[in-house]
Amino acid sequence: MANQENTLIEIEGLYQIFGPQADKVLPKVQAGASKDEVLAETGHTVGLQDINLSIEKGEIFVIMGLSGSGKSTLIRHFNRLIDPTAGKIKVNGHDIMQLPMKELTEFRRHKMSMVFQHFGLLPHRTVVENVGYGLSIKGLKKAEWEDKAKSWLETVGLAGYEEQYPSQLSGGQQQRVGLARALCTDAEILLMDEAFSALDPLIRYDMQSQLIELQENLHKTIIFITHDLDEALRLGDRIAVLKDGKLVQVGKPVDIILNPADDYVRAFAKDVNRARALFVKNVMTAETPICEAEADLATLIEQYGIAYRVVSEGEFEACCECTSAGQGHWYKVPSLKRGQLLQEILPTMLGSKLALPVIDKQQQLCGFLNHQELAKMLQLPSQLEAA
Amino acid sequence: MADASWLTEFPDMSRRELLAIRKSLDGAYRDFSREYGDTIETLFDPLLSFLVWFENLLIQTPWWIILVVITAIVHLATRSWKLSTGVVVSMLLIGYFGMWEDTMRTLSIITVCTLMSIALGIPIGILMSRSDRAQSIVTPLLDVMQTMPAFVYLIPVVMLLGIGKIPGVIAVVIYAIPPVIRLTNLGIRLVSKEILEAATAYGATPSQRLFGVQLPLAMPTIMAGINQTIMMALAMVVIASMIGVKGLGQPVLKSITNQYFTLGLMNGLAIVALAIMFDRVSQSYAKRTQRHLEGQDHG
Repeated sequence: MANQENTLIEIEGLYQIFGPQADKVLPKVQAGASKDEVLAETGHTVGLQDINLSIEKGEIFVIMGLSGSGKSTLIRHFNRLIDPTAGKIKVNGHDIMQLPMKELTEFRRHKMSMVFQHFGLLPHRTVVENVGYGLSIKGLKKAEWEDKAKSWLETVGLAGYEEQYPSQLSGGQQQRVGLARALCTDAEILLMDEAFSALDPLIRYDMQSQLIELQENLHKTIIFITHDLDEALRLGDRIAVLKDGKLVQVGKPVDIILNPADDYVRAFAKDVNRARALFVKNVMTAETPICEAEADLATLIEQYGIAYRVVSEGEFEACCECTSAGQGHWYKVPSLKRGQLLQEILPTMLGSKLALPVIDKQQQLCGFLNHQELAKMLQLPSQLEAA
Repeated sequence: MADASWLTEFPDMSRRELLAIRKSLDGAYRDFSREYGDTIETLFDPLLSFLVWFENLLIQTPWWIILVVITAIVHLATRSWKLSTGVVVSMLLIGYFGMWEDTMRTLSIITVCTLMSIALGIPIGILMSRSDRAQSIVTPLLDVMQTMPAFVYLIPVVMLLGIGKIPGVIAVVIYAIPPVIRLTNLGIRLVSKEILEAATAYGATPSQRLFGVQLPLAMPTIMAGINQTIMMALAMVVIASMIGVKGLGQPVLKSITNQYFTLGLMNGLAIVALAIMFDRVSQSYAKRTQRHLEGQDHG
């Protein structure tokens, strides 16, 4: 991968075969036999096939796939809830497959924590005891972890629920407890197995926002499993698409939408709400038609259809027509930020007749966005086909 | 074969052969019990002395102290005035009708048998839940224990240990232990896989999983098993009295042989009263410790 130093987790040649004689079937699968062939010939189910991944420190890495694609099996390999049939799982360069039981337990206690689809809370313990569970099994006394557990509960917005039992909370609240429990151990890596899939859409959206907000301060390495592309696009720094136990594509959200690797990914990407998945920077024309002398104006407009001039820092005027003498009428225009979602800039765009300037974090012009490009991007591939 | 009688009559083993088999098996067991009977009996000595001590404790302590202690235990376990009052009334009635001493004897043997069943049954149930092989071996054994008529396994026990309390306890435990084993196994196997995975993912050791997650979550099922075990132990009281276990069973036995209907009925009712007491108390205790299962009722 791009940056070796930043790599936190590496998975090499991972295979998972379910059945009584997995080892004997392995060579056949390694030789490239398909899932159906293996099932028909040997009765073994291929769970995962030649998975190679590297996950960087501090990123949200989303693994996406439909049910049965092996995504939940895959995430259980990171902390060895399931042992692979073959392959290496390296964390910080150490192969955790080599760890004996006792060290594996230590590894789980300190390095990784996990959030489950159906919460996985202990029903006989109170909320605060659930949050402190990871610390209490390390042997810490209640007095030592209680304050910490309470402060995490407060962070996820559940202050005051300490002494309730999980069954007394709603699904969304229970998953907040699950999240607080995962954060309470200070583990560097967070495994989230369809963590928000069991929640209502509205609460799911809230939880996603909360996760994004937390991540801005915590910079954990998060491995997030989902079957929902919108969720993957919203959360993921990078996305891996899994199909029938094989990785089909690994890439940034934009790549998944704009350059799907095959029909499977294309089908996924087809109906996604692009306004909520793409950013201004993905759509803008990365040119900077800044008019510094009036003499250039005609050329710029001819070339780009628009020209800008800086009024003050981050504020621009635009001109799209000029007389033959090089005189133009300048309009004050709002500017867009590179990192904004298309959804956020749509109203601004619709309110303007002119292409709008895009600025970077330093308030410098880094491109512009015109209506035609935006419309093209927002058109769903299915609509394109129909046209 | 010229003789076709095997078509109409079952071609069974000759009587002589059958007799030989019976004789040699009986003889072998008799020799075994003569050889080792005493040794095995001494193994049970500590249990016997505990039984005797406990029974004497219950009988020799003044009745009102016993009543107060029982009521206190019931009240602590259930926190219900209704149940506690019910217990006091039925104990008073039992005493008034002259069955106090027999009831104490039965209470002592049932308590000991239940404790033994729990002490043996829960570990066996845990073992079964952890290995499918153990389960496949133990399950048919439990089936035999539950369906084999009690009189049949009383014979070898009596041959080995004679008549008295210990064979009685063994017979009762054999009969009463299957539910607690079965339901411990079932309860642990029913614990949600995800909760167990969560515990593992946070670094719980196998014993932390067992005592922190599996047993507490299986507890409602295990309590149901214990409850069944107590009921079955009480049901065995009359049969156990045939091999010399004193208590409420003996008057019942006497009234069967002599056709004393009222005597039988009264002692039978005393057994029922004990059973109801044990049942309600153990159930409401279980319920009280499983508060968290009540869901959002008081949320």
